[in-house]
Order: sequence, then structure tokens, then C-alpha cells
Amino acid sequence: MKFERYGKGIAKGMALTLKHFFRRPITTQYPEQRLNVSRRIRGNQLVLDKNACNACSACSRACPANCITIVTSRDENKKLRLDKFEQDIGICISCGLCVESCPIKCLFMSCDYEKSSYSRKTFILTGEDLAPSKKLVPSGYYSPENEAKLPKQTLLIDR
Amino acid sequence: MLSTFNTNINPNILYATALPPDWPGGFWSHMLIFIVILFVFVILGVMAFIYIERRVLGRFQIRIGPNRTGPFGIIQPVADTIKILIKEDIVPRSADGLLHLLAPAIAFIPTLMIFAVIPLQNGASLVDLNVGILYIVAISSVSVVGILMAGWASNNKYALISAMRVIAQVVSYEIPLALSIIGVVLLTGNLAMSSIVESQNIPFILLQPLGFIIYFIAALAEINRTPFDLLEAESEIVAGFNIEYSGIKFALFFLTEYAEALAISAIIATIYLGGWRGPLLPPFLWFLIKMVAVFVLIIWVRSTLPRIRIDQVMGLAWKFLLPLALINLLITGLQVIVLPDISQWVIVAINFVVTVVLILLWSKFFSLRGYKKVEV
Repeated sequence: MKFERYGKGIAKGMALTLKHFFRRPITTQYPEQRLNVSRRIRGNQLVLDKNACNACSACSRACPANCITIVTSRDENKKLRLDKFEQDIGICISCGLCVESCPIKCLFMSCDYEKSSYSRKTFILTGEDLAPSKKLVPSGYYSPENEAKLPKQTLLIDR
Repeated sequence: MLSTFNTNINPNILYATALPPDWPGGFWSHMLIFIVILFVFVILGVMAFIYIERRVLGRFQIRIGPNRTGPFGIIQPVADTIKILIKEDIVPRSADGLLHLLAPAIAFIPTLMIFAVIPLQNGASLVDLNVGILYIVAISSVSVVGILMAGWASNNKYALISAMRVIAQVVSYEIPLALSIIGVVLLTGNLAMSSIVESQNIPFILLQPLGFIIYFIAALAEINRTPFDLLEAESEIVAGFNIEYSGIKFALFFLTEYAEALAISAIIATIYLGGWRGPLLPPFLWFLIKMVAVFVLIIWVRSTLPRIRIDQVMGLAWKFLLPLALINLLITGLQVIVLPDISQWVIVAINFVVTVVLILLWSKFFSLRGYKKVEV
């Protein structure tokens, strides 16, 4: 005689949920707790090393959405000079082609992912907004040197 | 063995059992005070249960649950209550206005009335009716009328389907529910809640394991908790009977749902877990602890089991619970009459063996042999 429908499945299920009851929650309380993002994240904006830039405009030409505006001029030695570098992150599609096209690797994606705003005007970034700082860290996208410096991504599977 | 029931009811004797001898003002002041106490108990209990349910269910699903409003999210139910009370009250144009208005009250008031006979601690109940448990069985099935009224008055097909389902389900589960209680009544020889608690030197969950299982399953169906929450099966009938309700009327239905869970927890704590009795801690605290324990068990079941089909619900009631409840009644009756003087622990052992054997035997009827595979 084979017994099968006496509630074994229910008991198994109850044991499983009880096991979950004592597990650590896998949810993150976002504003207080933050997970480390991927080291190769293509963040919301660009990071430009202004001193290294030779104003070749390759990034502007590579951009499929036309969100990068560059104004250049010649100085007395007929060298290109960067007058204005402007990125409209409201248009940017975060494809990363500008970073890949940069011949001297002075342009990076950032690790920043909190760029929501009430006004479109604040999306036009220029000058100091793009300079690398403590808050604005260049990501490791297309740049293994930066990737090595960043902390490893938190995976939910490890928690 | 069975003690005679009090047939000539003298109201003074009836109420005197629930009163301390030096109670000022007699019965009426007692009633007034206790109605307030019970109302506050139910409202606060419902809020606490909503909080407990959301937190414990969160833990079962490996998350935290509400933790933003106040410390540990403890005033989340208050915030929800305020929000739901200030919402607009919408009545559909084609609805039956009067019934639509009355239905939430008719669903809620019987649920509130259950608490009249539940002893919160020794002697602390509104009335200690000598037919207490019968009163509970009778009054708890009235609230389903309110749900049917809501389904009918809404003039909505989903609401009506839900109301029909819940009628079928609740009426079926009344029978095993009442029969499993009769086992307890046989052991006690009395229908009064206070004497049921007083006669539990061993909690009746040990003396009546099968009765407890039947009562628990039937009670889950009675209060429409998962896995028997067919009346608000979101995936099939949107939100069930309360789909056309909003604002304070919806709040009353929500309150009813949790007040029923509170009532069932209190009843199980009283008749199967020994009510207020327990060592060390004060009696009221014991009652609360047992109630919350039963409720956590209900949440545990909810977090585990999926909703079952209506034919499976009916099959479980009529093919599994009803015969087992009858057999349980027979066995309990035999034990009470034939073995009145034997040690209680022997009966506990016998009953556990009987429970396991009966459930195993009955599981054989739950094969799918009868169903022919449909050829397309």
C-alpha cells in the first residue's frame, strides 16, 4: 500500500518556509544601504580629465544622440584648445561610444546613477560638473586601469 | 458522565458568573465597561495583527516588511487606517444603495459579537453564556450574509461570483467546524467558554489532535484565509466581493477580515490551547501569547500554500473533513463513556495514534483514480 496524499507535501513546504524565516533578508534598504554597483557600469554622465584632453572632438562625432557639444579654438602655437565641453544627460543614451572613441583615454563613464531632477536645465553638464572628484568616480568601462581601483560588485547570491 | 446543562436560565445567575462579587453598579455598568474594553481590544488587536502579519510574512519571504513609519514601522497600520478613512466613498450608479451601505456593517457586527463570550482571563468576559461555544458557531456564520449582500448590491459579476463562492465554502465548512467543537464539548461536558478553559488540565490540542487539525483547516476556510481565499482570488475575480467598495466601507470589510482572524485565534487559544491558563505569567498575557502564536501559524500557512480550486475546496470539506470529524466524534464519545477513569495521558497517546492512522487511511481516497484523462 502506497501512501502519498496525507500532507507530506504540505509539511515539506512548511519546513521550507520556516527555513526562509530565519534567513537574512536579501532586500536592501536603499537610501541607507547601498550595494556596490558593477565596476564596469556605464553611469549617468561622463567624467572628463580636462588637462589631458587634446580637443580632437572624436567623442562628439561618435555620439549617436548628439549630446556632446565641443567648442574649440586654436592658440598661438596653432594647437587645439578646449573652450567648452558640454554634455546633455537628458539626451545621452549611455552607449559609451564616446569613451571608446577617445584616442588618449581622457574621457570615462562615471559610476554615478542618481541623476534624477525636477528640471531639464540641470541635465546640461559642463566644466566642473564633469571633473573627476571624490563623488564623481570614473568607472571601469573600457578602462581596465580604473576597474582595478574600484571595489568589487556586491552580488545578492553572496548575502 | 455528561453534566446536565442549565435549562432554566436565570439572568442573574447567568451574568453573575462573569462578575466579581463587589462589582459596583451591577450588570449594566459591567456591560458598558466591557463593551468599550472589547471594542478597543478588537480595534487594537486588528491593528496589531495587520502589523504582525506584514512583518512576519515579510520574514517568511526573506524581506523585512514595513519599517519606515515609526520605529520598526510600528505605526504603519495607523497610517493605513487614516489613509483609508479619508478616501472618497464611491457607490456605483447601478448598485443597490441601501444594501451597499448595510453590507459592511452586517459583516462586521457579528464578528465583533463573537468576542462577547471569549474569556480574556479568568472571569473577564462580557457574558459567560452557558451556551457560549454554540453562540460562537451560530453568530460567526452570520457575517457571510453581509458578504453576500455586498456581492449582490455591487451589481458586479466578479463580486457576485465571489459571494456565491464564499457562501458555498462557508456553509460547507460550518459542518466539520461544529462537529470538531463537539468533541471538545464532550470532554468538558459543558458549553460555557469559562468551563471549557477550566477543564483543560491538559490542553485539548493533545487530547483532540484530530479535532484540532479539522477545526484549524475549517476555520481557515471559514475566515477565508489562504489557501481558501477564493472570495478574493485576485488572479481570477479581481478583488472579489469588495471590488465596488472604497473608503470607510472597504475599511470595515478589511476590519472584518482581520477581526475574524483575531476571533479564530482567540477561539483556538481558548478551546484548544487552554485559554488564560499557564504558569508564571499573568493570565491575560498567556491568552495574548497563545492568540498570537495561533495567528503566526495562520501566517505560516499563508506564506506556504497556494490557493486551491473551488472543487478541491468542496472535496476537502465533504470527503475529508466531514467523515473524519464524525469519526473523531465517535471515538471521543467512546472514550468519554467507556474509559472515563483512565489516565488522560493514555488517551493522549491513543488519540495521536488514531489521528495518524485515520489521516493515512483517508489519504487513499484522495487519489485521482476517478478522473479520466480527457481525450481531445
